[in-house]
Amino acid sequence: MSAPVLERPVPGTVDGDRFATRAAAVAAVAAEHADAVDREARPPREAIAAMKAHGLLAAAVPVHLGGEGATVAELSRIATTLGAACAATAMVFAMHHGQAMALWRHGGPSDGVARVVDAVRDGALVASSTTERGIGGDARRSTCAIEATPSGRVRLHKDAPVISYATEADALFVTARRSPDAAPSDQRLVVCLPEDTTLVQTSTWDTLGLRGTCSHGWVLDAETDADRVLRDDYATISAQTVLPVSHVLWASVWLGIAADAADRARRTVRKQARASLGSTPPGALRLAELLVDLQGLADAVRHAAARYDAVADDPDTLGSAGYALAANALKVGASERVTDLVTKALRIVGIAGYAASGPTSLARHLRDAHGAAVMVSNDRLLHNDAELAIMAGVLL
Amino acid sequence: MPHDPNPVAVPSDPVPSPVEQAVRRALAAHGRLAVDAADVASTADLAALGLTSHATVTVMLAVEDELDVEFPDAALTRSTFATVGSIAAVAAAAVATQHVAVGVSA
Repeated sequence: MSAPVLERPVPGTVDGDRFATRAAAVAAVAAEHADAVDREARPPREAIAAMKAHGLLAAAVPVHLGGEGATVAELSRIATTLGAACAATAMVFAMHHGQAMALWRHGGPSDGVARVVDAVRDGALVASSTTERGIGGDARRSTCAIEATPSGRVRLHKDAPVISYATEADALFVTARRSPDAAPSDQRLVVCLPEDTTLVQTSTWDTLGLRGTCSHGWVLDAETDADRVLRDDYATISAQTVLPVSHVLWASVWLGIAADAADRARRTVRKQARASLGSTPPGALRLAELLVDLQGLADAVRHAAARYDAVADDPDTLGSAGYALAANALKVGASERVTDLVTKALRIVGIAGYAASGPTSLARHLRDAHGAAVMVSNDRLLHNDAELAIMAGVLL
Repeated sequence: MPHDPNPVAVPSDPVPSPVEQAVRRALAAHGRLAVDAADVASTADLAALGLTSHATVTVMLAVEDELDVEFPDAALTRSTFATVGSIAAVAAAAVATQHVAVGVSA
């Protein structure tokens, strides 16, 4: 008789995964500090340093620019490994890559952009400011505009309701209208370095979960070189890179949260099984059920990652209604499923999972999981989908 | 406590370690082997002696229970459960790791 139950691949240790060992090393650091990061609502500084030291923030820089050229499928695995350890750390990783990839995909050949690519290759952390007070959470419209200064540079002023991990970033990517007389949706993406930027904090990120992303509110004033404006318009950058990559990597983080919750449930059931050797404990059936749902989520996330890699250089497909619907479907679907999965794990673990701390506590997982549906509101995405759905169906 | 390793069947290992003895007790109680677990050579193929994947899970749980350790995920492969010796090696490593971990947290 074969032993399929003993052949479960261990997450992050799949043969041939060139980032698995480094991701595991960073995850160990992230896990060690995850509870403190959560409790104190402070940035996961130790894990960010470890990501830099192990080259994870530089992973996706293309080979021809001196990087390792990680695919989105590879980034997805790293995000899941980190998400299982510390969701805040993993979200920093995911948000960084959603923006950083815009540099070489849409930045153009200017010196200003090239220097930022070099910085990312050397470990720089990218944060972003895409939403704006008074706009209502829509990243595809801006009030803020790029203004030319008399000395040939560009200037920005932006009232941002959230900028995640702004204090830790080595570069801020900021959306703004192309010029003071441009339409709200005629946006560009501007790279602002800390030495060119003033940040005044306007609100504090004191939230239910994902507390370590430190997504405080800031008023941003920056003056930077004109060649630090990315070449492509933001509509293109968003549709082809930021939105689809972010959805895949965020969902990969949530998968990690759910996978760790399931591991904690398994630990509980295994303990029960040891106490009643020879008979299968009742929780094992619930665990088996949980794993059905978790495998479904894992397959959806990894398939979406591979699909992005397959069409990454095909602007027509990336710009199609069907692809946009699929990208949104992953975000909406995965964010609903992660809270469901963690809740099911909680039922299996019982009171030790309900405890605020301890080796099988699921308190942080459940709080972090609830961030998934509200960070970029599912209702907003479904509202966008409603128009697209008239034109296109699902990708089969 | 049975302290009676068969010197004829396991001449190369006349005094089994406490971990190996625990493995043999677990196999005797839950392995449903065709032979007496105490007489099995430490290198004998357990699958050939009737150890099924289902019984393997219970044997592992029994070893974990007796030694108060957990087999790490990475060790949950068929090769780990191939022989008495391979199970004992993984269990001994888990015991060592556990002691290190306790030492660190203490």
